[in-house]
Amino acid sequence: MEPILTKYIKDPDSNKLEGYLKNWGFSGLKKAIKMKPEDIIEEVKASGLRGRGGAGFPTGLKWSFVPKDYLGPKYVVINADEGEPGTFKDKVIIEREPFMLLEGIAIAALAIGAEEAFIYIRGEFVKGAKILEEAIKKAEKEGYLGKNYLGSGKNLFVRITRGAGAYICGEETGLIESLEGKRGHPRLRPPFPATKGYLGKPTVVNNVETLSCLPHILTNGAEWFSRIGSNPKNSGTKLFPISGDVKRPGVYEAPLGIPLRELIEKYAGGFDGKPKAIIPGGVSAPVLSEKEFEIPMDFDSLLKAKSMLGSGAIIVLNEKRCLFKSALRIVSFFAEESCGQCSPCREGTRWLELILERISEGKGREEDLDLIKDICSGMIGTTICVLCDGCAMSLLSFVEKFEEEFLKHIGEGKCLVS
Amino acid sequence: MGRLENFEEWNKEVDTLIKTYPEKKASLLPILHLSQKYWGYLNDEVIKAISEKLKLSQSFVYGVASFYTMYHFEKKGEIHIRVCTNVSCQLKGAKEILKKLEEKLGIKKGETTEDGKFSIEKVECLGACDKAPVVMVNDDYVGPVDLEWVEKILES
Ligand SMILES: Cc1cc2nc3c(=O)[nH]c(=O)nc-3n(C[C@H](O)[C@H](O)[C@H](O)COP(=O)(O)O)c2cc1C
Ligand code: SF4
Ligand code: FES
Repeated sequence: MEPILTKYIKDPDSNKLEGYLKNWGFSGLKKAIKMKPEDIIEEVKASGLRGRGGAGFPTGLKWSFVPKDYLGPKYVVINADEGEPGTFKDKVIIEREPFMLLEGIAIAALAIGAEEAFIYIRGEFVKGAKILEEAIKKAEKEGYLGKNYLGSGKNLFVRITRGAGAYICGEETGLIESLEGKRGHPRLRPPFPATKGYLGKPTVVNNVETLSCLPHILTNGAEWFSRIGSNPKNSGTKLFPISGDVKRPGVYEAPLGIPLRELIEKYAGGFDGKPKAIIPGGVSAPVLSEKEFEIPMDFDSLLKAKSMLGSGAIIVLNEKRCLFKSALRIVSFFAEESCGQCSPCREGTRWLELILERISEGKGREEDLDLIKDICSGMIGTTICVLCDGCAMSLLSFVEKFEEEFLKHIGEGKCLVS
Repeated sequence: MGRLENFEEWNKEVDTLIKTYPEKKASLLPILHLSQKYWGYLNDEVIKAISEKLKLSQSFVYGVASFYTMYHFEKKGEIHIRVCTNVSCQLKGAKEILKKLEEKLGIKKGETTEDGKFSIEKVECLGACDKAPVVMVNDDYVGPVDLEWVEKILES
C-alpha cells in the first residue's frame, strides 16, 4: 500500500512550509479546530491509534485521563529521544516532515487543552533540532502556531529541549524529570503524568511518530485509519527501522500486521545471509527465532509471542553471528544505562554483565545458565520502570531460544559459529 | 566572573533561555549545552556561573550535569570522535574501528591526544543504525565507515 507518513519524504521541499502546504495543507488541524476537545479524543480513540514510542498504549485513552476541568496550565511533551538501540525512525519525520509533527502536536494540544508543548529531542540530533527550530519559527510567523493560530482563538507555543546522552530519559517520567532540569530518574506511578506531569501539571507524553499520525486521522477519519493494519486494535501504518543483516537497511513504512519475513523481503531488499534471529522491536524486545519469522508485525501478535513491537526497530542477525556476543552487548547496554534507583536493576544488570563477561573469557561454569535465569526472574516486575524488565526479558529470550550457543561458550569457551 | 571569556554574551543568552521556560530550573539542560558551546567543557568556573544564575547549589548543577554523557568536565579534542558500538554497529565491525582509532592515535577510548587535536569516546546506539558502523565527528554523523576512513580522518 501507499505510505502515509513518509509519502513525500523524497520531495526536497517536504520539510519547508510551502512544501508541506502543497502536500498536506494542515487539513487535519483545520478540522480539529472546529471540533470539541472530547470529540477529537473520541475520534482518536475510534481510530485505534496506539503509541509508537514503545509501550503501545491507546493514544485517545491516554488523553482522556487528563482532567478536563483543570484550570492551570497543561502540557504536551513530545518524546523525540529515539534512544532504543536499533531505532532511527523519528529522525525521518523530524528531518523530512517537521510540519507534520507540529500539526500533530497542535491537534493533541487542542484535545487536552494545552497551550504549551515541549519537544525533548536526543542531544546528538543537532541537525534535527535545528530543522525543528526553524520550522517552529516559520509556523509561528505564518500563523500556524503561536497566538491565535489559524484564527482559532487558541494559542500554542512549542519549544525544544535537547537531551544530553541518557537512554533513560526516553522513559516518559525520566524524560519529564530531565525537562525539569534534573537527573533523568523515572518516577514512581501513580500519579501518572496525565494528572501530575511536567512541573506537577497534567501532561501528555507522546512519541513523534504517534503524533504524526494525527493529521491523517483527522483529515481522513477514524474509520479510514482503523481499516489499515491487522484489526481495529492494531491499526494504521508503522515506520520500521531495519538494520543488521539485510540487503537494504533503512526506514520502511508498512501496515501494522505485515508478516516479518515479508517486510524484510519486500521492503529491506531481503536478508543478507541466512537469517538466524530477529529482534523485532528494539533491543528491549525479546528475540525471535526462525520459526517465528512469519509473525504479523503488530502489537498484539508480538505480545502473544512473548515479545513486543516496541519502537518497531528490527535487527536481523544471520547464521554467522554469535548470539551470545549480541546478548552480552545488549546486557552491557542496560547495565550502562540503568539509572541506579532500584537495586534489582542496578545490581541485576551489573551481575548479568559480569557473569556473561566471565563466560566470554572462557571461565564459564555449569551452573551459570540457572544463575542467569534466576537473576532475570528477580528483575521482572520489581522496579520503578521497565528498563530492568527489558534487560531480563531480552536475555531470557536469547538463553531460551539459543541455549546451545550459551552452552558452547560455557563448556568450551568457544562460539558455536565460526 | 570576568575570567570567563565572552561572559556578557553568555549571560544575555542565558537570560533569554530562562525566559523560554515556565520555571527557572527547567532551563538547566539548555544552559549546560550553551555553556559547553561557549567554553568547550564545564569546568568549576562554569558550574559556578550557572549555579549563581539559576540560584541552585553548585553540587546540584554538577550532579545533574554528570548524569548525562554529553556534558564534559575536561577539555575534549578539537576533533571529538564518538564511535557507536551497540548491536547493529557491532555486527558491522564497530570494534575494529574503535581499535584502529585507539592504535593510530595512541590513546584509549575516553582520552584525548596530547596535542589536543583528537579525542575518542565509545558510545551507545546513535540512532542511525542503517549507516552502521556509525561514528560522529563533532556534531556530524558519518557512516558506514571503514578502516580506510579512519586513516583519512586522522590525516585531516
Ligand atoms: C527505558 C525506556 C526507554 C524509552 N525510550 C523511548 C524513546 O526513546 N522514545 C519514545 O518515544 N519512547 C520511549 N519509551 C517509551 C515512553 O516511556 C513512553 O511510553 C512513550 O513516550 C509514550 O508515547 P506514545 O504513547 O506516543 O508511544 C521508553 C521507555 C522505557 C521504559
Ligand atoms: S528500573 Fe532501572 S532504570 Fe528504571 S528506575 Fe529503576 S534503576 Fe532506574
Ligand atoms: S547501533 Fe550504532 S547507530 Fe544504532
